[in-house]
Amino acid sequence: MIRPLLALALLAAPAAVPAEAERLLIQSTTSTQNSGLYDEILPAFEAATGLDAQVVAVGTGQALKNAQNCDGDVLLTHARTAEEAFVAAGYGTERRDVMYNDFVLVGPAADPAGIAGADSAAAALAAIARARAPFASRGDDSGTHKAERALWRAASLEPADGSGRWYLETGSGMGATLNLAAARGAYALTDRATWLSFANRDGMAVLFEGDPALFNQYGLIPVSPDHCPGTNLAGAEALRDWLLSEEGRAAIASVTRDGTQLFFPNEAPN
Amino acid sequence: MPADRRVLPFRHTPAAPARPVAMVRALTLRRGGRALLDGLELTLFTGGITALLGPNGAGKSLLLRALAGLIPPDGGAIDLAPHTGAPALVFQKPVLLHRTVRANLAHALRLARVPRAARAGRLAELLVQARLSAQAQAQARALSGGEQQRLAIARALAARPRLLLLDEPTAHLDPASTAAVEALVRAAAHAGVKVLIVTHDRAQAARLADDVAFLAAGRITEHRPADDFFQRPESDEARAYLEGRLLL
Amino acid sequence: MQDFTAAFAHAVTLVASGDRELLQIVLLSLRVSLSAVALACLIGMPLGAALAVLRFPGRRALALVLNASMGLPPVVVGLLLYMAFSRAGPLSALGLLYTPTAMIVAQTVLVTPIVAALSRSAIAGLMDEFDETLRALRASRGQRIATLLWEARPALLTAALAGMGRAFAEVGAVMIVGGNIDHVTRVMTTAIALETSRGELALALALGLVLVCLSLALNAAALGLRPRAYGVAYAR
Repeated sequence: MIRPLLALALLAAPAAVPAEAERLLIQSTTSTQNSGLYDEILPAFEAATGLDAQVVAVGTGQALKNAQNCDGDVLLTHARTAEEAFVAAGYGTERRDVMYNDFVLVGPAADPAGIAGADSAAAALAAIARARAPFASRGDDSGTHKAERALWRAASLEPADGSGRWYLETGSGMGATLNLAAARGAYALTDRATWLSFANRDGMAVLFEGDPALFNQYGLIPVSPDHCPGTNLAGAEALRDWLLSEEGRAAIASVTRDGTQLFFPNEAPN
Repeated sequence: MPADRRVLPFRHTPAAPARPVAMVRALTLRRGGRALLDGLELTLFTGGITALLGPNGAGKSLLLRALAGLIPPDGGAIDLAPHTGAPALVFQKPVLLHRTVRANLAHALRLARVPRAARAGRLAELLVQARLSAQAQAQARALSGGEQQRLAIARALAARPRLLLLDEPTAHLDPASTAAVEALVRAAAHAGVKVLIVTHDRAQAARLADDVAFLAAGRITEHRPADDFFQRPESDEARAYLEGRLLL
Repeated sequence: MQDFTAAFAHAVTLVASGDRELLQIVLLSLRVSLSAVALACLIGMPLGAALAVLRFPGRRALALVLNASMGLPPVVVGLLLYMAFSRAGPLSALGLLYTPTAMIVAQTVLVTPIVAALSRSAIAGLMDEFDETLRALRASRGQRIATLLWEARPALLTAALAGMGRAFAEVGAVMIVGGNIDHVTRVMTTAIALETSRGELALALALGLVLVCLSLALNAAALGLRPRAYGVAYAR
């Protein structure tokens, strides 16, 4: 009874991957993974540096927390204020802008709240609140969630008043939130890369875009060896330098969906 | 071995043909606040088959379990002679392993600590005794009721007990199966094993038993040669029982 | 509806093409879950047997805890182990976070109560049937436990299969302690979760179909191990 099970387990054991290359553990936001960015650019990075880049993709809030626990060598997230606080607290060495894109407001193509013609992102959200049209929020303290809350503040609105009625906080990743929005005919704020890579759009469309307030900056922070003695600082800096190099920037810029570029590399400082 | 089942310093008396195998002295067993056995006295001697008779609920099975050491006495003592060793007990419903006949016997021989080298020969012997050689590779639980009981008795004999306790071994068997089990019991007794058998079948008791112990109201009311018992029961309870009038 | 058709087509294509990524994910799933089930059996079966056979104070309380632990939420187990294995945690020196070993530990924690509780109840049932007979045959306590374990093997196989079902279906714990790292700790369930969050519902469903087939095959293989003695006895 036990013997055959053991035999099976032993049969399966050789599947272990021998980790020859030095590991670089990236704590990342989900949008960069869900959009397929890493699949397209990391092989080139690994070829250039000989590092084994491993990505744990979670919300920005959780990524920062994991890195604070020293469970990662480098952060790639999109919540500038929280990132600067992370560095200020001594958990990271320094923050560097690496790439950007923008957030967009998506929703049912019929646009029942009429946000398409709004003057600003804040006005678009105000229209949604006025119409009590369903809005799917990440509700998970991720970078996108932080950006969304900043927009509500700009509109002087507290959507939590409608929580559970028209304001739906999923507490999940971007994809799960978009799946819910598609099923419920709800509006949602999403980064453009995740939206373009998202396959289950089901009658949804981009309804509002282009407000400078929707700018979405991704930052990279190596975890500080002072805070986490075992961290792979050299690897983290190699990733940063590669992403900012000609080759890295070209790789980022080359990732497209339906002919649209997903991420725009920042200019390298000097 | 608990203190109340201590080994008696029986004196070996070569002149006496029958020596005591077990002595039950002032045995009390309580169940649910009621003393089912109350100061029971019984001495079993080597040789032959003793039938233990008595009405339902008299405590016959309880007495057998106490003799086998499965339940501790609440009072009194059970003394086994030094040459007796551990008694073997066979239940009304045999509980066999989900394995072959052979594997059931091999298991019992292992439990009886029979040396590995001796096991194969002893196993074949037991199969012949129980007339199960042809079914050695059959699944034990697929045997007929009579075959299962014979296997249970053979398994009990694996340890070469000197005292074999049988609790209504043929209660659910047809006449032919009963006869086969009785033949096995007789053969064991013939080979020198003392047998104590509980039965409700008076004809069976008359066929098998050399002597009868009658249990009623928590005591052995009489213990006499079988012929005497059936022809001239002494106690009122035994007379009532034989006439089908005794109810507890 | 077209998602279902697409999912079946996807599943067939994936399997037929012998997709290397898929193969790696399947092998890791098998390695993690089967190792966890094997460990859970080694711990849970003797534990269940001891709880059924031995009499000691706190036995009933332990059995109660064991039964309740069958419903441990995987996410909670994952979180506790993350906190333990994290470099900020007490077991950081083991370096297990984001490794298949951590996933095996997590699933072992989830599966052991199932195996132990089901073994205990199966063996307790057999105890009622066999205990007097075995004691009458002068079996020692260890011999009695060994005999009961052997007699209980169809029920123990069921317990192992129930544990295997839990391990294969589980996503919350391995997601947290494994991190769903591509080529390192990505298993069937976390891959399904990832494809769902990408909105690739057909691909997610296809992976789900492969998982279900895998689970069916393992169950069928395990039933092939079922001893013949029981087929006969239970048919009577």
